[in-house]
Amino acid sequence: MKSSYRLALLFLLPSFAFVGLFTLFPIFESFRLSFYRMILTLPWLGQKFVGWENYTDLWTDPVAMQALTTTLIFVAVTIPLELLFGLGMALVMNEVFRGRGLLRAVVLIPWAIPTVVSSQMWRFIFNDRYGLFNFVLFGDDTARYFAPMADPQLALIAIMVAEVWKTTPFPALIILAGLQTIPDELYEAAGIDGATAWQKFRHVTLPLISPALLLALLFRTIDALRVFDLVFVMTQGGPADATNVLQFYGYKKTFAEGMVGYGSAIAVGVFVLSLTVALIYLRVLRASQLRGATQ
Amino acid sequence: MKRWLALLLFSFGIGLYCLLPFLWFVLTSLKSPAELTAIPPKLIPAFQWGFYLSALEKHGLLRYVGNSAIVAGLATFVSIVIGSLAAYAMARFQLAWTRFYLLLLLAISMFPQIAIAGPVWTILNRLDSLNTYHGLVAAYIALTLPLAIWILTTFFREVPREIEEAALIDGCSRLQALRKVVLPIAAPGILTAALLVFIYCWNEFFFALIIMTDPQVQTLPVGIALFPGEYTMPWGEIAAASTLATLPLIALTLIFQRGIVRGLAAGAVKG
Repeated sequence: MKSSYRLALLFLLPSFAFVGLFTLFPIFESFRLSFYRMILTLPWLGQKFVGWENYTDLWTDPVAMQALTTTLIFVAVTIPLELLFGLGMALVMNEVFRGRGLLRAVVLIPWAIPTVVSSQMWRFIFNDRYGLFNFVLFGDDTARYFAPMADPQLALIAIMVAEVWKTTPFPALIILAGLQTIPDELYEAAGIDGATAWQKFRHVTLPLISPALLLALLFRTIDALRVFDLVFVMTQGGPADATNVLQFYGYKKTFAEGMVGYGSAIAVGVFVLSLTVALIYLRVLRASQLRGATQ
Repeated sequence: MKRWLALLLFSFGIGLYCLLPFLWFVLTSLKSPAELTAIPPKLIPAFQWGFYLSALEKHGLLRYVGNSAIVAGLATFVSIVIGSLAAYAMARFQLAWTRFYLLLLLAISMFPQIAIAGPVWTILNRLDSLNTYHGLVAAYIALTLPLAIWILTTFFREVPREIEEAALIDGCSRLQALRKVVLPIAAPGILTAALLVFIYCWNEFFFALIIMTDPQVQTLPVGIALFPGEYTMPWGEIAAASTLATLPLIALTLIFQRGIVRGLAAGAVKG
């Protein structure tokens, strides 16, 4: 028994090494650095302990607060749309018909495209002269062509469109996996009781796929909170910081401006935000599973 | 009949939604320079390869593809080997903290990149490994291990214990049992995990951006994001590079569709 324990540790050791060095140590280091003033462009200042100063600066930094708001708006708008579209796609893919296999393959395509590629693609679609967006809206009336990416609100909407398009396949597949676990007998029984299609959906389908919906919600929210690639490629946070999300702001402060201490405070903020979301959802998920088990 | 028509319409709509934007980008890559700058835009191009040639010759597209293949290939190989060992230990030995380690890995996979990016950069800088393949590969191994271990543990648990115990009685060591008995049976699961890890590495942008600042070693996503233009954006070349970067992934995804869907579900649903 003792020797097999040692063997198990030996098998696990390489994974501990990589995970420890490149994810666990860095997260602690980020926490530590967030209490220091460290500016790479001013190396003679060194590392100076400043307590909570970076955090109080962050709290009163209007750009940081705007980035927080923008990130939250981004999440609050894209996630419900993704879940709604994903649910619709999953319901269609769950039906039995010829060509269903082809449809399931096609749905995977936006998922398979690298985010950087889909970002360039949408940036070009919203191009003010050669883009598909203007062509679809105005056709040959080229005098009315305009630049949506130059408008703060439209640029944010454009990024949300790109995000929803690219990530909807994920909730669709998770919800489809949930739909496939529902036995046909339940629908037959509901049909005998005279349930309408809507009632079947409302009282059979929806409760049974709620764990899948919650999971998709959790994973997508955590992922949307760390949106970066889209913003980097499509807008660089502009125009006028309208699409400056938290991860992009943290990147800019740390890597473009070399403000390591302040950037670490932003990093810790994003980290705590996603951790909170994860813990809330895991709680809800466990509660809903417990309810399901006791019924 | 009504149901059939509705399904056809819905399927058609979903298909258009998923395919049309990218199809238009592919068509853009096949335009001639005059067609690219036509206002209003032309939908159907003359099917010319000019932008592909220009992306290959002037923008070093092949070098980006090579860098991506090396980094993603190496990272996938090492991540799957290390992940298999760890997943085997967790699936087979009764360890009190297996569940804790799995939850920790799940939490790590949810880290925002920026939360670890600075220190990762510093570590690689100290090791003199910025702008090297092994530097980015090391970071990718750590980033993909949670995904690999989760999927592999799920698949290894399904391999019946009895088959392996028979091999142990016949005198195999644990490592031999893993290599000769468990791995072949769990091969579909390993393939799935390898594919998902490879796709992750091929598409990863954040760490590639901060670790690889030298164009000679940059990967495809960084190349496509930073595509240099002298006066105007080289949209034709960007579309050509994007198409080349994406087609292998679409091919892999379509070929291994079932495995990928199962792997995504295993990675997510068991959480």
